[in-house]
Amino acid sequence: MHPVFRTCLQRLALGIATLWVVSVIVFSMFELLPGNFAQAVLGQAATPEIVENFNKRAGLDRPFLERYGTWLTGAVQGDFGLTFGSLTSAGTQARTVASVIMPRLENTLFLAAAAAACSVPLALGLGLLAALYRNSIFDRVVNAATLTSISFPEFFVGYILMLFLAVQHPWFYATASVDSTTSFWEHLARIGLPVIGLTLVIVAHMMRMTRAAIINLLASPFIEMARLKGMPPSRVIWHHALPNAWAPIATVVALNLAYLVVGVVVVEVVFNYPGVGQLMVDAVQSRDIPVVQACAIIFATVYILLNLSADIIGIATNPRLLHPR
Amino acid sequence: MHTLEEMKKFAAKGKMSRRDFVQMAVAAGATVGMAETMFTAAQASDPKRGGHLRLGLRHGNTNDTLNPWYYPDSSTQVMFWGCLSNSLTQVSDKGDIVLDLVEAIDSSDNTTWSMTLRNGVTFHDGKPLTPQDVLASYDYYMREDSESPMKAIFSDIAEIKADGPNKVTFVLSAPNADFPYLVSDYKAPILPVTSDGGVDWESGNRTGAFKLESFEPGIVGRFVRNDNYHFDGRPYVDSCEVRGLPDVTARTNALTTGEIDWMAAPDLKTLDLLGRNPNLEITEVVGYAHYTLPMLMDIAPFDDNNVRMALKYAIDREEIVEKIFLGHALVGNDDPIPTSVKFGIDPEPRHSYNPEKAREYLAAAGLESLTVDLNVADAAFDGAVDAALLIRESAAKCGIDVNVVREPDDGYWSNVWGVKPWSASYWSGRPTADWMFSTAYLSTSSWNETHQSIPRFDELLYEGRAETDQAKRAEIYAEMQQIVHDDGGEVVLVWNTILAASSNKLGHGEIAGNWEADGLRIAEKWWFV
Repeated sequence: MHPVFRTCLQRLALGIATLWVVSVIVFSMFELLPGNFAQAVLGQAATPEIVENFNKRAGLDRPFLERYGTWLTGAVQGDFGLTFGSLTSAGTQARTVASVIMPRLENTLFLAAAAAACSVPLALGLGLLAALYRNSIFDRVVNAATLTSISFPEFFVGYILMLFLAVQHPWFYATASVDSTTSFWEHLARIGLPVIGLTLVIVAHMMRMTRAAIINLLASPFIEMARLKGMPPSRVIWHHALPNAWAPIATVVALNLAYLVVGVVVVEVVFNYPGVGQLMVDAVQSRDIPVVQACAIIFATVYILLNLSADIIGIATNPRLLHPR
Repeated sequence: MHTLEEMKKFAAKGKMSRRDFVQMAVAAGATVGMAETMFTAAQASDPKRGGHLRLGLRHGNTNDTLNPWYYPDSSTQVMFWGCLSNSLTQVSDKGDIVLDLVEAIDSSDNTTWSMTLRNGVTFHDGKPLTPQDVLASYDYYMREDSESPMKAIFSDIAEIKADGPNKVTFVLSAPNADFPYLVSDYKAPILPVTSDGGVDWESGNRTGAFKLESFEPGIVGRFVRNDNYHFDGRPYVDSCEVRGLPDVTARTNALTTGEIDWMAAPDLKTLDLLGRNPNLEITEVVGYAHYTLPMLMDIAPFDDNNVRMALKYAIDREEIVEKIFLGHALVGNDDPIPTSVKFGIDPEPRHSYNPEKAREYLAAAGLESLTVDLNVADAAFDGAVDAALLIRESAAKCGIDVNVVREPDDGYWSNVWGVKPWSASYWSGRPTADWMFSTAYLSTSSWNETHQSIPRFDELLYEGRAETDQAKRAEIYAEMQQIVHDDGGEVVLVWNTILAASSNKLGHGEIAGNWEADGLRIAEKWWFV
């Protein structure tokens, strides 16, 4: 079996084991959290009777292992169950967790893809140029600028962008309120400010990693050899230096892409974008256990797949990584 | 000196300038914001039809559901009650009963209520309103496994029966003169009955001013005018969309850039700046809503009334109104019934900041000094934690050490409210004295947040419900308010105002003060000028 393929399978198997551990941890966490859905949503209005009735309906009065078992058997078949918010004894259109998460996941992936499309080429390009012209004014300016932008909290960046680019000069939409009726182009236009904000925040990490990886490589003997052979600088970079640099670069890009899917709650709140981060926070606050479980599994899967892709890219470009010493 | 009503008439006819109106209204006790709102409302032009209204609410959650058991915040309340449904009655902006789905209510003894359903009311699908719909709806709220907060309130209904093709009779287990108010609640809309005797709450097919076009929970709700609505002429707008924008900055920016036409709850700190925008109007009303600091009367040291009174006098309410609410609140007097509600009084002596009286009460309790915990979070009301810190300072000068414990918002209502001896809370208030007292002060109520158990109070409550003589009722409720004021564990801190900001393109009449968004029916009542 091709060694890369074998590594893939090993990693996937490990990934599934990780998912199982995540689900157990998240489920157990809810046992520790006080309160339940009825109390969290109704607040003051939840009498003990209401809470009891809800618990019966949601099956929360059954023992822990039984509940987890039921959830697990459903989950492996792709059925994440019904959200607590829609449970009813008389309703026929109870909302499945999948139907609640899907549209938001699509939105999040759309935003992540757009932000990645802007930020990854920019980061790689800037990192490459900064490495080539290291210690020049260009290098210092780019470093300072990106470090400054990553130091600002995202909501601050978001508000500043909103102020200058939407309110004072109406070049962009102020909020990214999209729904199922929004056309593709309007959706793209509306996420303009969030994409700019996210780019500002993640470019620094990828750019500096690229720069460091390439600078490190440019000092190696084989690069010196290539130059001494008389190769043009572009070929030295593309053919000899970059392939060795892809492994660390892919890792850091994967990390940032995973962050774009999983961690942009603040941007979602500031721009009112209906994504999966806001959903997760709301679900935790209202103790909507099925939704939180499903979100946790999805996030873990995203991380695992992206890490796997980063490893594959690294190995494919640098077969030495197949056998770590 | 003119009364407020006369002034409004002058303003409507253009005989009084805005400046004079505001000056005199402020002299009468309104804030500048409220006076401006009243002037604009009085001047309101004739409503025009048409337009698409976009509302920006401060709540919006993926858990929002059409199920009336769960209408916890303004998102579901405005969308699924205000736009989509009706209850049997409504409460007007002055606190009177407005007949909604019923056109007549009769009762000779306050125990048997005979209601005649309004002629010509249909659901959105054309099906006419029948007594079976009312029976099935109330059964949905009252049945054994109901999770509706109305179940406790309707527990006094002994029997409901249909009386012919358009009459419904409610028989109560004890007389209650305020019953027509109870059926106006937004948690009790009338739903269509299904073939198996249940109710259809999921399809959105109801009797309201708008039909449900689409609904994405936590994102947007879209509604289209119901041309068969039983209030002639209403709604004025053709359609509306309702969005939740919980982040106040996003909501404000959406309004200033024109993405929405109306926003709830602008930020107090930047309200003046927002008001300077020539395209926007700030509206402010005071209703029944108030913020409280309930003390559990069955836990020491709060079981001694002298300690409770000492604390009531140790709070500087004016300072809190000025510094925390920036003037957008009215000082409370430990009485949950506002004077705008029938039978509301202002109990004497007024509880304001008085370190000497506080020390006297402490001495009467046999204490030289006192240390208490005050457990608060901003989940109770915005500014609760800061208010608690101010109380700490003002109480220190009375020899009372108030230890402010900041609790997390998450789980506040299960772990802190009703559990810790002194915490913070809020009430949207009720249009009748009996309803407010029954909800939060009756010893057997589940929401009795001070664990009050005063036999005389409970006795008076049941008497008040049965009494038909208005003068006697006034005496009863006055005594009850005095009891809560003098002996109760409730600190009614302030009456909060309901603030909103909207585009100048919108016109409106008098704004209701019972709930936000013009009594939750803003989409039905407002128009584009």
